[in-house]
Amino acid sequence: MDLSAINPVLLIASLMVAATPLLLAAIGELVVERAGVLNLGVEGMMIIGAIAGFAIAVETTSPMVGLVAAMIAGAVLSLLFAFLTQFALANQVASGLALTLFGLGLSALMGQSYVGIKPPAMAKLDIPVLSDIPVLGPILFSHDPVLYIGISLTAAVWWFLKKSRGGLILRAVGESHDAAHALGYNVIRVRILAIMFGGACAGLGGAYISLIRVPQWTEGMTAGVGWIALALVVFASWKPWRVLLGAYLFGGINVLQLNLQAAGIAIPVEYLAMSPYLITILVLVIMSADKSGAPASLGRTFHASQ
Amino acid sequence: MIALEKRPTPSRALSLATPLIAVAITMIMGGLLFSVLGKNPFEAIRTIFWDPVLGEFAFYYRPQLLVKAAPLVLIAIGLSLGFKAGIWNIGAEGQYIMGAICGAAVGLAVYPTETRLIFPLMIVAGALGGWAWGMIPALLKVRFGTNEILVSLMLVYVADQLLASMSLGLLRNPEGMGFPGSRNFSDYPAANSWINEAAGLHWGMAFAFIAVIFSYFLLNRHILGFNIRLTGEAPRAARFAGVNPTRLVLFCLGTSGALAGLAGLFEVSGPSGQVNIDFASGYGFTAIIVAFLGRLHPVGILLAALLMALTYVGGDLAQGNLGLPSAAIQVFQGMLLFFLLALDLLTNYRVVFKKKGAA
Repeated sequence: MDLSAINPVLLIASLMVAATPLLLAAIGELVVERAGVLNLGVEGMMIIGAIAGFAIAVETTSPMVGLVAAMIAGAVLSLLFAFLTQFALANQVASGLALTLFGLGLSALMGQSYVGIKPPAMAKLDIPVLSDIPVLGPILFSHDPVLYIGISLTAAVWWFLKKSRGGLILRAVGESHDAAHALGYNVIRVRILAIMFGGACAGLGGAYISLIRVPQWTEGMTAGVGWIALALVVFASWKPWRVLLGAYLFGGINVLQLNLQAAGIAIPVEYLAMSPYLITILVLVIMSADKSGAPASLGRTFHASQ
Repeated sequence: MIALEKRPTPSRALSLATPLIAVAITMIMGGLLFSVLGKNPFEAIRTIFWDPVLGEFAFYYRPQLLVKAAPLVLIAIGLSLGFKAGIWNIGAEGQYIMGAICGAAVGLAVYPTETRLIFPLMIVAGALGGWAWGMIPALLKVRFGTNEILVSLMLVYVADQLLASMSLGLLRNPEGMGFPGSRNFSDYPAANSWINEAAGLHWGMAFAFIAVIFSYFLLNRHILGFNIRLTGEAPRAARFAGVNPTRLVLFCLGTSGALAGLAGLFEVSGPSGQVNIDFASGYGFTAIIVAFLGRLHPVGILLAALLMALTYVGGDLAQGNLGLPSAAIQVFQGMLLFFLLALDLLTNYRVVFKKKGAA
């Protein structure tokens, strides 16, 4: 075992890369849940985003176009969920599961001809002077643009929920859809918009994995990141900045266990690979005691007649 | 203007008809999907749904239907108990893997002893393995209020890694020349789940039938089943009636875990034959579709599992004969659940045409 092979600067830099898909998916789901909707289809929307982004990026040779396509794909898939839960009044848990099962199948079907292809590379944001600073440069200033989008999105969502009128309406819908309806707000429309935002974010997160983090397409490559994102929202008590913190924590654990695998530590690879999932459970147990942050209408179906 | 009016009670006729309508719509949409993929839709549908049952070589495929349906029935029966009470175990895949590992480990530990006691012991170990894996989310839920959906799902990934570790390490065949995977149970008659391999009959089928009957009586004739249904339909009323939610969570997750574990054990000691990296085949997730398609009713689940087994067997056939990608079947199964959930609206609500402004 050679722990000195692990470079702390590179570790932190790759931690930020590993955390970004989680952050994107979780911040989207946070908005959805604040509107009172529990969408368990994050994993499905991510994997659809991953393949749609990958395919479009390969066909157009532009990773940027791919990322936009991934967002659209995620949002379109989330519309299916929106239709089921908001118009057909179906159970949200079952509909979310259906979305994930469908997304995993569809992505495998779409991705058949893209296995083993290398996608066009995403240019890193190389800021001339700043990225040459010894330690801070590689950590803070030489990443791909999406990573910064993720962080600014967190700030934007925080501002929207906390400071804007739209955010107030969204939270009202999530806390008590009957009261919001009585005040004249269109509960269904607010929820559909939130669901689509969540879908676009999950799609972007998925494409980040297939285009930037890995970059390659393999079947089922999101490997539970969407589910960890759902857990992350609980961990964060539905607060945006805590999502960022949690995503970096999970990213750190994942990068660390990969580094330990590479360094040849005495623990078998399989046990290291299960650590992110076990830690997710542990975190859920610790955070579940406090449910005060949960939106009061979370997971309840709204129909104006009731 | 079209409006929805909640029915006082769900329509019984529609509740029986919607699965059939959903299957019909899925076939039409699936046909469209197949034609987009460049296959003749009618030939594809016939290959998937007709040939394995009534086609020329059906004698070969019918046993396979039973082999695929048995684990689906076992798992889905367990899941349906929880789903009825609003307890969502979606980690059946993990419980299935753990049942297989534990059951197989007992059998392999005493290899090559030949006594009649081995297989019953393996069954107990398989059920216990799945039960224990299901009890983790159950205990965390009742003790700490942890979400059972996320915990049970995380445990699938953990079980997957354990499976890899077992087939490369502890349970690896010592005479396997370094290949991953355990000894094959087909060389070990005392620990084999086949009753009649040619007819596709193994002990999993027998247990599936017992589970169906057991669950039917539980839900319709026993106070525990009544409590499960009551909790799902009116949680507040259930609490006033003195239903103990803790016991219900432990019972539902434990039972579904044990049944999934049994499914894993019968699979590993029969059709699959050995503990190996690629043993997990997604039955635990497909069983969720089976449970919903069967309307969470024991007999419905039996029929739904046969239909879903048909899509597996027919899908394989279509893959071989028509070059239909196997992922297309997965999409097909996912679509089925979508249509089913969407059509459920008609069971619980009435569509009425109103004049505008007459509210």
